[in-house]
Amino acid sequence: MTFPGVKALQNVDFTLREGEIHALMGENGAGKSTLIKCLTGVNDFEQGEIHMDGKPIRNHSTLDAQKNGISTVYQEVNLCPNLSVAENLFIGREPLTKIGTISRKAMLNRARELMQKLDIQVDVAKTLDSYSIAIQQMIAIARAVDMDCKVLILDEPTSSLDDKEVEKLFILMRSLRDQGIGIIFVTHFLEQVYAVCDRITVLRNGQLVGEYQIADLPRLKLVAAMMGKDFDDLQSIKSKEDEAVSDELEIEARGLSHARKIKPFDLDIHKGEVLGLTGLLGSGRSELARCIYGADRAQTGTLKVGGKETTISAPIDAMRLGMGLLPDDRKAEGIVEDLSVRENIMLAMQSLKGVRAKIPMDKQMEITKKYIELLEIKTPSTETLVKQLSGGNQQKVIIARWLATDPDFLILDEPTRGIDVGTKTEIQKLVVELARQGKSVIFISSEIEEMLRTCNRLAVLRDGEKVGELTENLTQESVMKAIAGGERN
Amino acid sequence: MKKKSINNHTILLLITVGLFIILYGAGYISYGVIETKGFEKLQTFLDILRTNAALICIACGMTCVMLTGGIDISVGSLVAMDCMILAVGMEYQEISPTLLVPFVLLIGIVFGAVMGYLIGYLDIQPFIVTMAGMFFARGMTAMICTDQVNIAKSNWFKDLAAIKVYMPFDIGAVVNKRGVKMVPYVNVAVLIALVVVILVFLMLRYTRTGRSMYAVGGSHTSAALMGLNVKRTKMITYILSSFLCSIGGICYCMNTMCGTTTQALGLEMKAISSAVIGGTLLTGGVGNVFGSFVGVLINGTIQSIVSFNADLTRLGGTVPNVVSAFLLFLFIMLQAVFAKLRERKQG
Repeated sequence: MTFPGVKALQNVDFTLREGEIHALMGENGAGKSTLIKCLTGVNDFEQGEIHMDGKPIRNHSTLDAQKNGISTVYQEVNLCPNLSVAENLFIGREPLTKIGTISRKAMLNRARELMQKLDIQVDVAKTLDSYSIAIQQMIAIARAVDMDCKVLILDEPTSSLDDKEVEKLFILMRSLRDQGIGIIFVTHFLEQVYAVCDRITVLRNGQLVGEYQIADLPRLKLVAAMMGKDFDDLQSIKSKEDEAVSDELEIEARGLSHARKIKPFDLDIHKGEVLGLTGLLGSGRSELARCIYGADRAQTGTLKVGGKETTISAPIDAMRLGMGLLPDDRKAEGIVEDLSVRENIMLAMQSLKGVRAKIPMDKQMEITKKYIELLEIKTPSTETLVKQLSGGNQQKVIIARWLATDPDFLILDEPTRGIDVGTKTEIQKLVVELARQGKSVIFISSEIEEMLRTCNRLAVLRDGEKVGELTENLTQESVMKAIAGGERN
Repeated sequence: MKKKSINNHTILLLITVGLFIILYGAGYISYGVIETKGFEKLQTFLDILRTNAALICIACGMTCVMLTGGIDISVGSLVAMDCMILAVGMEYQEISPTLLVPFVLLIGIVFGAVMGYLIGYLDIQPFIVTMAGMFFARGMTAMICTDQVNIAKSNWFKDLAAIKVYMPFDIGAVVNKRGVKMVPYVNVAVLIALVVVILVFLMLRYTRTGRSMYAVGGSHTSAALMGLNVKRTKMITYILSSFLCSIGGICYCMNTMCGTTTQALGLEMKAISSAVIGGTLLTGGVGNVFGSFVGVLINGTIQSIVSFNADLTRLGGTVPNVVSAFLLFLFIMLQAVFAKLRERKQG
């Protein structure tokens, strides 16, 4: 199996035992997805064999795989949001009545039994989209389990879940493991690997690095194995000495708000500062950023950019003022999948100059090549379609798009989500470097460690309201306390 | 990412039914109570059913197609072709309707199978494929005959169309000026249409094929990953649509008793708007035929109200069309406003 430019998987051995949770780790482009696709029959492989219970099997489609007892649950839940929970569990294999019609009653009953057995509390008659992604994922797992699966592959299931939901998922995973199901768990969150897995297999550049017992591979060694180098300690990205925060204000917001999304807030951002927005999912982090940027037009309050009062009614105004926003939903709002790397990078610059101003091709090539080199974007050529790149590289392309406009102020909303540890570190370094050049950055991330490493100051949000700022004593504990708030534990 | 308002599928339907009652009530009061022009009679309502029997069948098929996330704009032309085949067959060729009616239904199946194959298996945009189907059917109609062909010769088809099915137990009967008791009636086409609505409703709710249509419209890739045969489901949907459209064509012919090249122009848009009014999402996955049925009634009521207004009918021509377009627009807006209000309340 080859992808453009790189051989995706070479000579990899992988063993999954009955009743274990096995983490499959590696950077983006390491070959995890390809391995899974080979196992589940999405892709065909050129060499090698798959044995299950000692017998050789070969899957030509996901259906084959399911028949052989291999089921996959993806990050994006592959169920139908418009159907009821029960239907999602049984569609295609509904209990039938004597005359061949669907017996809805029997289906509901069986669904209830199944949910009870797995201890998932849902009303099976409600539509799937009335439940959170976490519950939807568990329902997807329940479907797989009910279809007699022996191998369950969880591909980044936790990316969009909050901590409590992750814990629930882990409980389910453990109980399935105890029932003898082998689980392959793919994730970027190291903590989760150590919380739930028994064994780890590490891939790098399409090759096997090794298989380890969880106890034999402490966190730092794991990261080193994934990255293939003794990387400089993540902690040392930001050193106190070279902070270049000036007193000059880049952004001065007073009482900005957007109905039902974010309550009025004041916010100052200095030149050369990295301001972190922290809070739980849905606390209003993205909404605050979007409000400043004009993606959601502010309904009250005033905004000064670079000392001058301005009104931003649409993103193009913000762009003219030297702002850039990297949205959290990369697929839907960020990249344009069917355009090439070059076209994606040129997008923001083009819209800033106006659609009619043609940017000469050699100039475009120059800019594109510069950022491919600068950000180490792994792409076979400037004309490769962005959808063919891995997630981390797609993210870099969007960052390059904004850097090309030479912004004074960048908003990065979850720039590191769903990408590998190595790229995460590179992006964090880049953020710190931008600040050093005197640019201002708003950095949003769900990982507190990451925020602590990159940000000078943190603004804390809770339930759509800015509740405080943290400048001194930035530690995991203090931040978590601030996020949780006084009245909650 | 997440589609809104799917959560409350039924709410759109309830809003629709509610607004239909208001709309009909408005017509009732204006032209039945204030000006007594006869809107209050049950026959007015049954006439709406009678004139729209074909549209009801077609809207049922359209709903299925839209549930899968597709669209079928060939239906109007197919109706014209069906009518022309029936008319020319009976009048010029003197073929018995016993042969012609099954033939027309068969044409519907074949027509839908070809479009369904292109859409399902070759993955071509439904809009383009059914547009080609639309041009083809309209062109074929003209190729068969360019004149208007009236069905004048007597046969069972003509007799069947003429049958008046009276309301049982004299429900809604009135005595007219000359003292004759008038019992409200419908024709056979209405009965066919009602049976279609019920059968398609049951099919969508209680068969695997029906549920697959919802699944395909909800998420194409998910449906495939869950082991459903997406391609086959799509093909079946278009076959069903064209088949129901042919049944609609027969009903249409029962009403008009003729075939012309300009027949049923724009009928596909009426079917789509009926489905949309009835709460079927163009994006697929949400809706049911009962809603589309109410949607047809709303379209019909608007037409009926316009025809009861003397000022409008005197102007004639396209003016009633503009008014009904305006009413339709108002209706969709109201529906959206209600849906939004509810969403806000919840969220």
